[in-house]
Amino acid sequence: MIRLERRSTFPKWINWIVPVLSITAALLAGAVLILATGNDPLDTYSRIVDRAFISSGAFSATLIAATPLLFTGLAAATAFRMGVFNIGGQGQYFMGTIAASGVGLAWGASLGKAVIPIMILAGVFAGAAWAAIVGALKAWFNTNEIITSLMLNYIAANVASWLIFNSRSYWRLLTGSGLMFPQGKRLPPPSDWPALSIGPLSVPFGFMVGIGVAVATWVLYRHTRFGFEVAIIGDSPAAATYAGMRTKRKVLSVMALSGGLAGLGGASDVGDFRHILDPKGLGQSAYGYTGIVIAALARLNPIAVVFVAVLMGGLNNAGRALQGPDFPAGLVGTLQGMVLFFALGGELLVRYRIRWGSHRIEQVGAAESGAGQS
Amino acid sequence: MNANLFVVILASAIYYGTPLLFAGLGEVLTERSGVLNLGVEGMMLIGAVCASWTSSRVDGPGWLVLAIAVLAAMLAATLAALLHAFAVITLRVNQTVSGLALTILAGGAGLSSYLANVWGLKDPVKHQFAKLDVFGLKDLAVLGPILFNHTLLTYLSWFLVGMCSWYLFRTRAGLHMRAVGESPQTADAMGINVVRTRYLHTLVGGAFAGIGGACFSLSIVPTWQDGMTAGRGWIAIALVIFGFWRPDLTMVGAYLFGAFSSLSLTLQARGVKISPQFLDSLPYLMTIAVLVAVSGGWAKRRLGAPAALGVSYEREER
Repeated sequence: MIRLERRSTFPKWINWIVPVLSITAALLAGAVLILATGNDPLDTYSRIVDRAFISSGAFSATLIAATPLLFTGLAAATAFRMGVFNIGGQGQYFMGTIAASGVGLAWGASLGKAVIPIMILAGVFAGAAWAAIVGALKAWFNTNEIITSLMLNYIAANVASWLIFNSRSYWRLLTGSGLMFPQGKRLPPPSDWPALSIGPLSVPFGFMVGIGVAVATWVLYRHTRFGFEVAIIGDSPAAATYAGMRTKRKVLSVMALSGGLAGLGGASDVGDFRHILDPKGLGQSAYGYTGIVIAALARLNPIAVVFVAVLMGGLNNAGRALQGPDFPAGLVGTLQGMVLFFALGGELLVRYRIRWGSHRIEQVGAAESGAGQS
Repeated sequence: MNANLFVVILASAIYYGTPLLFAGLGEVLTERSGVLNLGVEGMMLIGAVCASWTSSRVDGPGWLVLAIAVLAAMLAATLAALLHAFAVITLRVNQTVSGLALTILAGGAGLSSYLANVWGLKDPVKHQFAKLDVFGLKDLAVLGPILFNHTLLTYLSWFLVGMCSWYLFRTRAGLHMRAVGESPQTADAMGINVVRTRYLHTLVGGAFAGIGGACFSLSIVPTWQDGMTAGRGWIAIALVIFGFWRPDLTMVGAYLFGAFSSLSLTLQARGVKISPQFLDSLPYLMTIAVLVAVSGGWAKRRLGAPAALGVSYEREER
């Protein structure tokens, strides 16, 4: 039988070995699945790597795909740190896109590039406000944040869809082809976020903002009183209350922070690549949920989130590029789910030593009683 | 209110509430044993895709194919639940995160979508559950559409509500299982096998969620769509809280939510001019409202969750 013993010391290698092992295990399990459904796993994986990182332009596309995930990953990590399970990244992201595209449409033409910081603020504010609903309900009504934040995802999707498909809203294109096929208005070009070119590589502005935000959250959680209190509340809410920390307010502010990060992702969605409010395209994405996978794999470390987001962005990018009969939709999501499961299983290595065989104390006891009899 | 409209809404509340009821009942059993499984949505979708495949690809008389399809859905969802059970009971992974992982793995953008694509499920399923005419009474005024004109699955769910209530509150095994959910230490000291009890009820909960998924692909949405359950698995989890972990109240809740889910279609069919996005949002808004109502204050203290819900049991740390 397998037996688990709690670790008393935490060796350094564990921070690296868990993600590496879980990704490897997930790839192996994925290979079994791909084989079972009649495709060649080695071929599939080599094509993923090629389209994600190697072929020309692939890495630039991967960075674009990684940008939304970077923000939703940071959003999940900040909330999970305190044991607040914000599953509403998807909805908060939607709200960010709605607010940022509204601002861009309104002032993009008149303000020029100065509209970009306003778009960012609008996205952050909208995401934070949407998440604050969940935070307030959890803090003062003790509702389960997982379910409320998830329900708000569906409501946010309905709001976006209503703006484009069922109303004559400001976001909707009401001339030309927009009369035939409901669609959003294109934002004026000054509201497009600039991309930084490094040789052949093009880095989206949002991605650089994301790196800055990741460092800022790391500092916030590592070196400030706020971060210290978040860590205490995450480990033991009772101890935190006893020490006089205001846990309710903290729940609200951490939810708002988390939602604000997801909303910033929404703003970058509009500014960096979509440039319209596109409920259909957003609906096919699973940024919020992938963000959870990323946060778990990064072990809630904001800096690690950047790297994991690029990895998962590569997977998403390749999945989109390769989709076809021998590369069905859903494969990427399945692989990500497997990575998450193995990462969770890997946490076992962090907390426990694994021992084979029966309990040693029992063996010793049996040996002693045997000795006594003879 | 117009009596006719009332009957239509109630009848469709039962129709749309049935998958919620199956999934909710399963979750009641799982949570009563102390395991929180947030993977309901994923288990439903896995069940739905397997039922859809069986109904489209297996040859045979309709009733037999449907029976196999439901069994396939139960089996597949049970396997998914086994993954969760292994993670949280044996490996002691955080139950919240493991459940989420299950939904991400199996859900609308994951394995269920992958399987549907690999199997090429594009057409409507060959065999669907038809609405029955029980005792020839379906045309009876008012009661006919409400009681005697449903699919077999609905009648199965009514039977299961009774069975679960009896099991939970009237049998020794049910008592033992509740003991495991309230205080695994005490139960263990009494000689109840905590690990086996929790495994068993997590798996049964999965099987029920699988039937709930089959309700979608074999009756409500007969053509496969990725993520066809549209968050119903999450609503089922909210239902358990709403129903105070009791099968009978869960049934009431399921039909209440069913009514809201069907309101959009019913009202649109009658030409009421309300935005469909607003009506579609109602079940989700209602879930939040209900959670707020039952989560705070007296409700939680008096009729609260199983005391050990969501807590891993470690014998060494007794």
